[in-house]
Amino acid sequence: MSARTETRLWIAQRASAVVLALCVVVHLIVIGYAMQGGLSAAEILGRTRGSVGWLAFYSVFVLAAAVHAPIGLRAVLMEWAGARGRSLAIVVHAFALVLAAVGLRAVWAVFAA
Amino acid sequence: MTPVAESPVMDSLNVKVWRGGEQGRYQRFRVPREANQTVLDVVTHIQRRLDATLSYRFACRVGMCGSCAMTVNGVARWTCRTHVAKVAADDHLEIGPLRNLPVIKDLVTDMREFFDKWARAGGHHAPTATRRDDFARVAPDSRARREADAGVECIGCAVCYASCDVVAWKPDYLGPAALNRAWTLVNDVRDGARAERLRAVAGDAGCHACHTQLSCTERCPRHLAPTASIAGLKRAIALATLTGELWNPPDDEPRWPLAGAR
Repeated sequence: MSARTETRLWIAQRASAVVLALCVVVHLIVIGYAMQGGLSAAEILGRTRGSVGWLAFYSVFVLAAAVHAPIGLRAVLMEWAGARGRSLAIVVHAFALVLAAVGLRAVWAVFAA
Repeated sequence: MTPVAESPVMDSLNVKVWRGGEQGRYQRFRVPREANQTVLDVVTHIQRRLDATLSYRFACRVGMCGSCAMTVNGVARWTCRTHVAKVAADDHLEIGPLRNLPVIKDLVTDMREFFDKWARAGGHHAPTATRRDDFARVAPDSRARREADAGVECIGCAVCYASCDVVAWKPDYLGPAALNRAWTLVNDVRDGARAERLRAVAGDAGCHACHTQLSCTERCPRHLAPTASIAGLKRAIALATLTGELWNPPDDEPRWPLAGAR
């Protein structure tokens, strides 16, 4: 892999880490608030359903995770399993797609439930 | 007459020293214990008094030359400045060659790859002035000067290189010392090869392989922080990538001017 690509991946992972740091904080505060207030699942769904704001927030969260985690997994596979080339690219891209698909499906479920 | 105080140390040390090349074994020696004894003193005693065939390297004996680094009780150290009292638990010493380098014989490693990586990381100064130009004036308190100062006292002992797990996992990784050297030159305002050097240290074998485990910084006998230098390189490369100046050199700029420089 070229140094240029490695550099871009590094920037992508750092940038997504910044997004994740903010999203995790907001997510934990929201969870804490919901638990503190004793909101039921139905009440939570009542607030998220149709909310474009929450749809956008959790979509960004999921996409940031789908960028961040596969790049880290790639480094682990390269160093500990000696993975290289096409097979590594397939595994990493597949992992990214699965993360994005599963995450966005969940986001859509609480938006459109 | 005041009696001379007895040294509080034990009579002798149990020393195990690596013998052989990559394949070999530890050989046991008993070495008299002395006050203020260094690990290098112990090795020298063995070579001078007990077994003249023992091979090891040293030169200055005062922590300047960087040639006497060995693995002492599992930790890479400069042996000339390491007191036995500090490291010999229960008067046991196990002395081996540095990790991550091919063993030539006994305590001597082949340092070629270590120094070749300095060259690959653009470790040469690329001057922008000639001898007819005036001296460059670099403000001591400028940020670049302070960054360069922080890393410039490296003595090339390879303790950081031997302590780095990433080097063990990725033999191509340039390693902390070479990257630290590159960072001092990136911060040298007299240097004219910034972009080439940043390209040379970017990527999988360069600074982006570092996991910030800090072993190099923990073990550096000069108390340098190669980890900080590597982080600096990552920042500089990211910035130069985002501004577009790094990966699209003008056609008249030689692609790897540093590679052939000597």
